[in-house]
Amino acid sequence: MELSEQLKQTLDALKRQFPHGLSVLMPALHAVQAEHGHIPPELEEPLGAYLGIPAEIVHEVSTFYFMFNNRPVGRHHIYICGNLSCWLRGAETLRDHLAARLGIQPGETTPDGRFTLSVVECLGMCDHAPVMLLDGEFHPDLTVERIDHILGGLT
Amino acid sequence: MSERILSKRFEIENSHTLPVYESTGGYATARRVLRELTPAQVTDEVKKSNLRGRGGAGFPTGQKWSFIPKDTGRPVYLCVNADESEPGTFKDRHIMEKDPHLLLEGIILSAYAIGCHQAYIYIRGEYIPQIRRLQDAIQAAYGRGCLGRRILGSGFDLDVALYTGAGAYICGEETALLESLEGKKGYPRLKPPFPAVVGLYGCPTIINNVETLASVPAIMEEGGDWFAALGTPRNGGTRLFGVSGHVVRPGIYEQPMGYSLKRLIFEDAGGIIDRRALKAVIPGGSSVPVLRADEIDIALDFESVAAAGSMLGSAGVIVMHDGTCMVRALQRLIHFYKDESCGQCSPCREGTGWLLKIVNRIIRGDGRPEDVDVMRDVAEGILGNTICPLGDAAALPVISFVTKFRDEFEYFVQHKRSAVLAPVG
Repeated sequence: MELSEQLKQTLDALKRQFPHGLSVLMPALHAVQAEHGHIPPELEEPLGAYLGIPAEIVHEVSTFYFMFNNRPVGRHHIYICGNLSCWLRGAETLRDHLAARLGIQPGETTPDGRFTLSVVECLGMCDHAPVMLLDGEFHPDLTVERIDHILGGLT
Repeated sequence: MSERILSKRFEIENSHTLPVYESTGGYATARRVLRELTPAQVTDEVKKSNLRGRGGAGFPTGQKWSFIPKDTGRPVYLCVNADESEPGTFKDRHIMEKDPHLLLEGIILSAYAIGCHQAYIYIRGEYIPQIRRLQDAIQAAYGRGCLGRRILGSGFDLDVALYTGAGAYICGEETALLESLEGKKGYPRLKPPFPAVVGLYGCPTIINNVETLASVPAIMEEGGDWFAALGTPRNGGTRLFGVSGHVVRPGIYEQPMGYSLKRLIFEDAGGIIDRRALKAVIPGGSSVPVLRADEIDIALDFESVAAAGSMLGSAGVIVMHDGTCMVRALQRLIHFYKDESCGQCSPCREGTGWLLKIVNRIIRGDGRPEDVDVMRDVAEGILGNTICPLGDAAALPVISFVTKFRDEFEYFVQHKRSAVLAPVG
């Protein structure tokens, strides 16, 4: 597997923006994920070679951070908060509802590749608990009905 | 109505845009200060203001700045800690969402004070809408000459770059943030050396929280003495208190330092939902000791909350009513610290795992009579024995929960169910 030409152009720009240390690596991994939806393990070596960073460091960093997906995820990625403020407001019921509706456990992807469900720690939206982050947007003040409405509108 | 510094634009339409910011006085202070005052005068004003770090530790901001060594010939960096991830804390999100230029003006003034020409904003990866908003604000500021070369009609140069995290609570710890910004996994560093001397890329570095920096424009506009007078002795200014959990109106309330915790919960946030009784309050983000309902008649400044046996921390107030099972509530917190421990120090890495195992077995109905004491022992074994404060942050809630609500933990072990009838959650 190789880096696409478009990705290489993005990486060149990032190298100019973050010239010191290994700083380019995190933005570079974000760029890889933006293109592929996850960080394909077989891209770690070409990415490292292109950036001049050892592949083992690329691997170490890409597996340390929760939001870097190390395997393919669904077209829609649901991050539902399970921490205290959301839990006090019923997040556990919502998690169970999502798992039942999608027929998967947290951390899994539906067989049709549409949804990945992740239970995450505090999303910093406690004033609108319970919340989820779905495809880059926050959904506040959730109820089972609101979740059904939101998911029902997705393809 | 008390003085509003940080949230004064929150209700204005399009408050996040440059035209609205400028039409409401924005960037005027930085424009004046950069031409008329020396960097040392800015630092002195901030020292006078008694501004203390709003990230959680409460270190005096002006004093921190003065730790930057003079004339090292090396660049000085300002890193903005926008990695807001402490459970129960959401104030910085409001600033970045509704008044990103206030943060940028605070960055300009602070960078000028410490002689920095390159600032980085390290923002948590989950704040996707806020990342977009900051990107737009930075771009607009460059376009208007508020950032870049010879900014705001002065001779001062300043670049600001956004750096996006990827889901790691540990990166809110200042040295882990530096490691992450250097493109590595977020392992906290041993201190000393402190970042002011050896920070980003080995250079002198100041790390300040978003809310801290957003307080600086008002200090430079109205004066350090004015800001100091808003709060209590040693606690200058106002704070964005965040209230969540079982209150009628969860939200952000800007009040002076030293404001009453009781009033915050029962007046600002509208009291407890469903006509229930208050049971417990975590006053400063999930990492601080819990207070019982009879312990909340206190002032919200660093010293008063410490005197009550807890910490003001991030001022994220989590409220729990009498339908809360404290065993399960603590399980949520232990789960969090176990998940977020970076794994570098054994007491934290292993200890949080043991704590989770024990609290899970209590909840399963397999608790042992000695478990409550073992949890306390494990927590005390973590306390003070790790490189960074995450260990303490995991230990303190455990110690306070099993001490103050010991009967609930013992009841659960003995009866294999919660002492609370029909618990929430």
